[in-house]
Amino acid sequence: MVWRPIGPVSPIGPINKKRLMSTINIPPQFEIVDRPLDTQMTISMGPQHPSTHGVLRLELVLDGEMVVKATPDIGYLHTGMEKLFEYKKYQQGIVITDRMDYLNPLGNNLAYVMAVEKLLGLEIPERALVIRVLMCELQRIASHLVWLGTHALDIGAMTVFFYCFREREKILNLIEAASGGRLTPSYFRIGGLMMDLPPGFERRVQQFQDGFLKSVEEFHTLLTGNRIFQKRTQNVGRISAKDAIDWGLSGPCLRGSGVNLDVRRANPYTGYETYDFEVPIEHDGDVWARYLVRMREMKESHKIVAQALGRLKPGPVKADAPKVVLPDREAMKKHMDALIHHFLIVAEGFDVPAGEVYHPIEASKGELGVYVKSDGGPKPARVHFRGPSFVNLSALPHMSEGAMVADIVAIIGSLDIVLGEIDR
Amino acid sequence: MTTGAGDEQIVDNSVAEQAAPDLDQLSTPSRLVTALKREHPHWITEIIEAFGEATAVVPRLHIVEVCTALKFDVEGKFDFLADLCGVDRGVEEEPRFEVNYHLFSTTRHHRLRLKVVLHENNVHVPTVTGVWRTANWHERETFDLFGIVFDEHPDLRRILLPDDWQGHALRKDFPLRGYEPYSLK
Repeated sequence: MVWRPIGPVSPIGPINKKRLMSTINIPPQFEIVDRPLDTQMTISMGPQHPSTHGVLRLELVLDGEMVVKATPDIGYLHTGMEKLFEYKKYQQGIVITDRMDYLNPLGNNLAYVMAVEKLLGLEIPERALVIRVLMCELQRIASHLVWLGTHALDIGAMTVFFYCFREREKILNLIEAASGGRLTPSYFRIGGLMMDLPPGFERRVQQFQDGFLKSVEEFHTLLTGNRIFQKRTQNVGRISAKDAIDWGLSGPCLRGSGVNLDVRRANPYTGYETYDFEVPIEHDGDVWARYLVRMREMKESHKIVAQALGRLKPGPVKADAPKVVLPDREAMKKHMDALIHHFLIVAEGFDVPAGEVYHPIEASKGELGVYVKSDGGPKPARVHFRGPSFVNLSALPHMSEGAMVADIVAIIGSLDIVLGEIDR
Repeated sequence: MTTGAGDEQIVDNSVAEQAAPDLDQLSTPSRLVTALKREHPHWITEIIEAFGEATAVVPRLHIVEVCTALKFDVEGKFDFLADLCGVDRGVEEEPRFEVNYHLFSTTRHHRLRLKVVLHENNVHVPTVTGVWRTANWHERETFDLFGIVFDEHPDLRRILLPDDWQGHALRKDFPLRGYEPYSLK
């Protein structure tokens, strides 16, 4: 990694008053400020700092140990994904989405796939919708578990990490059983799913479900009553509801500031309006509040998974659109038209009507919006992702003003950022 | 795609009365922008309803006024800027660039897209960072990848690509693999 200059030179600290007074006359454009250390210092935190969760660099202007200004410097992981979309067919774009927010790949799949389906006007069968909800909520739990483990690890509580990854492993095994991939499932396809769930999947989900609430209690035992954890998180990184909306925060970060907003409730998709779950709200707007919101969200996701399990009825998992959805393997071997459709979809893709849509979903980190513009061909004219991590991180300078250096670590952890999505 | 757009051009009092039943069928955001257009005809040039989403095309110089009006409008309350992104329609297209603002109301839960179209010879848009602070990074990203200049932006510099990068990567005439291997100095 190589440094790159960012903008103008960082502000030089105030002049050392005592030393100056004794030697020269102070020019009028300099201001004399009394500070404990008499000087400000600019340090670079990251991009290889473990608490920055990847390759985030912060330029911190410090006064002693207090942060005067924090400027995030991003782009180290930029891979030109949005450019790449314009050169790939619609169905090929799904695998790119996996690699954005790699802790929540199914959520990314869903947002992209639903945006394209909106342009195509596809009707998705009921079973596919239920499985989408089921898998997305499992993925949300997995994503929150990684957040909890690393957040606690950053603050100094190491044990939580192992408990979280034990549970996350179970979910990854489930995702692997369904899709064949652990971190890059690409399970949702335009018009439905890659394939139906494997036999015995419901039983395995039920096994996970049975043990999970007990695990959440374990996390609470390890952290919630922990005095050190409380001191490190309460009243740290505060942001008011008004500021949170102004900065565009979404997801648990926004709900931690007392704003009752969840895209699953506000603009329901895949039938979320029919599920019974609560949207956890906390009002303090600090790191602690965001911690509590996510902890409660895991339980709500657990509730939704239980409901989705009960709704799994046999049925098709792909839309009836032979020109868009790949045919079954068996049908392809027996029917001429299925073979032709398969060939055309793979070789030439399918045309999507001209137009533009913006489809938001509630990903584990907040509102994940996908803007897709089509000119009518098999490749999109423009795909843009509104990553929740990108927007949440942009509020970091506001939250960290006046915080201690150690608090920065807690604040970054509470934002739950994934650099793959920020830099795209 | 442009249903109803032609009618909006000739709104006067008599047409507005006839159009009233139609307005009820439109979604709330488009009703709000139709009302706004009636009040300030030069603020919005076109209203598009497609795929269940409302889009209002706004002239470049009025974008801040329209955003401010929509943010503080009692009925609409578009207090949340969900997204801002640029689009390159193609090298031969004129106007070539678009800037899309995706507005959202945290209380009414409805969405609206504002669209500013730009000609290649004048890619300047007034910034909306004064209306929503979250626009800061979105506008920097659009500047970085499309070269669209947001006038009076507090901190307009590249955000994803290095400062010494040549060209704007998401323009259609920028090759997928870049002009030459990028060397880190």
